[in-house]
Amino acid sequence: MATATQVQVQPLISIEKLNLFYGSFHALKDVSLTIPEKAITAFIGPSGCGKSTLLRTLNRMNDMIPGTRIEGSIAIGGTELYSNEVDVETLRKKVGMVFQQPNPFPKSIYDNIAYGPRLHGIRGKQQLDELVETSLKSAVLWDEVKDHLKRSAFSLSGGQQQRLCIARALAVNPDILLMDEATSALDPISTLKIEELAQELKDRYTIVMVTHNMHQAARVSNQTVFFLNGEVVEYSDTEKLFSNPTDQRTEDYISGRFG
Amino acid sequence: MNSIFQDANRQQIANRRRKDVIIHLVFIVATSIGVLALCALIIDILMDGLSRLQPDLFTNFPSRKAAGSGMKSAIVGSIYMLIIMLPVSFILGVGAAIYLEEYAGKNRFTRLIQLNISTLAGVPSIVYGILGLTLFVRLLAFERSLLAGAFTMTLLVLPIIIVSAQEAIRAVPKSRRDASFALGATKWQTVSRSVIPSSISGILTGVILAMSRAIGETAPLVMIGAMTYINFLPTSLKDSFTVMPIQIYNWISKPQLEFKELAASGIIVLLALLLIMNFSAILLRNKYQKKY
Amino acid sequence: MQSDTPQANRKVLNTSTSITSPNAFKNNRVSVMNKMMPIILFLCASVSILTTIGIVITLFSETIQFFQKVPILEFIFGTKWSPLITPKSFGVLPLLNGTLMITLIACLVAIPLGLASAIYLSEYAPKKVRSAVKPVLEVLAGVPTIVYGYFALSFITPLIRDIFPGAGVFNALSAGIVVGIMIIPMVCSLSEDAMSSVPRALRDGAYALGATRLEVALKIVVPAAFSGIVASAVLAFSRAIGETMIVTVAAGATPTLTGNPLDSIQTMTAYIVQVSLGDTPHGTVEYGTIFAVGMTLFVITFLLNILAQYVARRFREEY
Repeated sequence: MATATQVQVQPLISIEKLNLFYGSFHALKDVSLTIPEKAITAFIGPSGCGKSTLLRTLNRMNDMIPGTRIEGSIAIGGTELYSNEVDVETLRKKVGMVFQQPNPFPKSIYDNIAYGPRLHGIRGKQQLDELVETSLKSAVLWDEVKDHLKRSAFSLSGGQQQRLCIARALAVNPDILLMDEATSALDPISTLKIEELAQELKDRYTIVMVTHNMHQAARVSNQTVFFLNGEVVEYSDTEKLFSNPTDQRTEDYISGRFG
Repeated sequence: MNSIFQDANRQQIANRRRKDVIIHLVFIVATSIGVLALCALIIDILMDGLSRLQPDLFTNFPSRKAAGSGMKSAIVGSIYMLIIMLPVSFILGVGAAIYLEEYAGKNRFTRLIQLNISTLAGVPSIVYGILGLTLFVRLLAFERSLLAGAFTMTLLVLPIIIVSAQEAIRAVPKSRRDASFALGATKWQTVSRSVIPSSISGILTGVILAMSRAIGETAPLVMIGAMTYINFLPTSLKDSFTVMPIQIYNWISKPQLEFKELAASGIIVLLALLLIMNFSAILLRNKYQKKY
Repeated sequence: MQSDTPQANRKVLNTSTSITSPNAFKNNRVSVMNKMMPIILFLCASVSILTTIGIVITLFSETIQFFQKVPILEFIFGTKWSPLITPKSFGVLPLLNGTLMITLIACLVAIPLGLASAIYLSEYAPKKVRSAVKPVLEVLAGVPTIVYGYFALSFITPLIRDIFPGAGVFNALSAGIVVGIMIIPMVCSLSEDAMSSVPRALRDGAYALGATRLEVALKIVVPAAFSGIVASAVLAFSRAIGETMIVTVAAGATPTLTGNPLDSIQTMTAYIVQVSLGDTPHGTVEYGTIFAVGMTLFVITFLLNILAQYVARRFREEY
């Protein structure tokens, strides 16, 4: 049984009785939860539990996997995501995403950031310059790269590349930022930097992160959702979930008995 | 020192090892035959043709007498044909590759196209000549023109371009497409701004190799009739033309020794051009491999 | 550090619609390209299908017309081919004989040498040798066939005539050997691909039991890669059948039912070139022979290619 504790902030995303199938595989089972605005929500659980799948429904990246079927309701700001009204590209512009592996384009740092704005029709050099600068500043990368924006993105370290990817996502000005195990390929110091960055960004963006590392969830998030076998076992304020879980399975997981 | 390595099988093991060494030598000899053949070919041609490798070859038109005969019209014809072929085969070939890799559903029809392409790659070039003769020369009334030749060769090299472009596109990591989609790019934006730029050097390598195949092809062009003394340069797409390999063939089939030398010097020019093209393909490939 | 407000971005990107408004995710762009491109690209891909259809229709329609004038049985079983000189006869067997002779000689050269090179490169060769030999083979594969034709006539033929004084200026042996040299790289690279996809673990297993390199190569790698090797041999065969310029230049133009490789012969491909060089008028029976012979050539190579693909897929080892 999912137990919702009162969240203080206004919910931005609401999911009700969501079921998702990959062919005959039932990947998400009757998922219901709400995600608050301008806060960090963490999805935790063992691998294959459906946390990444749910994250990918929020910007409909699952659409590209053939044989995906969805039932139930998932809405952002009251708009049903899987209705005909929704233009997927517009949705993805407002719901940015950062992936597990840093995946910069084989272009310059500048062109990486400008990729998104250019997609959406921004051509003016001055506007692009401004966007590149603000995005890199938001991702706390500006000071490190401002003198060599023309250099290849691959010249950056892994942690810098991931912050570049965050900056790239911010450049199209999303409201929501999805982070799919964004630190799992990084060393501890780079991980810490990304976590600090997430803390700073949550004042302006709604952040949903999937993590396989529950200590990260405990450190960073405001709300935590625990998944098991495609179901939401429990979700509540992070502090409460980790100190006083209601479900035995949650307790087993966070105390390291499985997973 | 009666260790376990000195058992009764020693003789047998020694025999097996000797056999391994002998056959190893056989393999080396077999492999070097291919290398030696190439050396023999190059030396043979250089010895026959170097003496005739003079400015006349580039500045003169072919003539009935070997002395002063050149291959100007053939060199220009080959280059014109490439210039016409390049954009047409690039667009058709890369377009088909993008369709198959990025758009086509996994269904019977896609499999049919794929099977068809690999089968077409194995069709003898002379059969393309028959197709070109019927379709372009006769049916579309291009006559025995540059255009008919270029189109025939385009069909011939398309399978090569498609297959190599598909490989280049397939090598682009999925994460790079995801990054683009996640920024709100449409399918075509993702393809044109992320997938193609990431695979362009691989695609170009394939295109260059296809062009070098085209520039050395003789049989289909003989079929569509690019085989006369051409002592003018083509000025329009509908003009008749000749190309280097055909000029060489023409010279080879003459009995006189002087024409043989002329043929060999023509071959030197052709091989030099191919070498340049292949070298640029290798440069591109190295650039491409560095990126990933 | 964050002096620039996101509102500045918002203005630049002109996305003032709030995420909570009902129109938040409505499309406000026209994407004509995105809609058109799949269709345009599909048309590009369909050119390959149209090419096949074009080849089949061309060959079929003219061949059928040809068989209205020449009985099909005479074509298939006739032992004399002289369509250009009277008395005309249209038996394709001499041409087929010439083609098969060239192909057999070529395969006798190319398959053992190609396979041995592949085993050497995949199992024995040090890295340095590999990286030196592979480009040579690539160059060998890229040499135009007319150049090989010259090589046959000016180098191999004199060599053969030194050894066998009875050999003609044009003979099947010379052309066959050079066709074989031409397809060595193909056999080698396809077989080597098949062998290098045999997993390391399989080799390690045999080495751990004390096998020599030769035993690993012949008893483990070659059997495991066998389907790929057979496919490469079939493709080589098909390629030799379709080869045109080498045989046109070096094998002669006398369609005979001979078994002697030192004789001048004519292949199907060389015949097609011969006719198209002359001024045979369009629409005549003589002209129709191009298509009948071309059809025969196409059908044989087509079936061989399908066979090669079938072998490669059907007998693929599951690792």
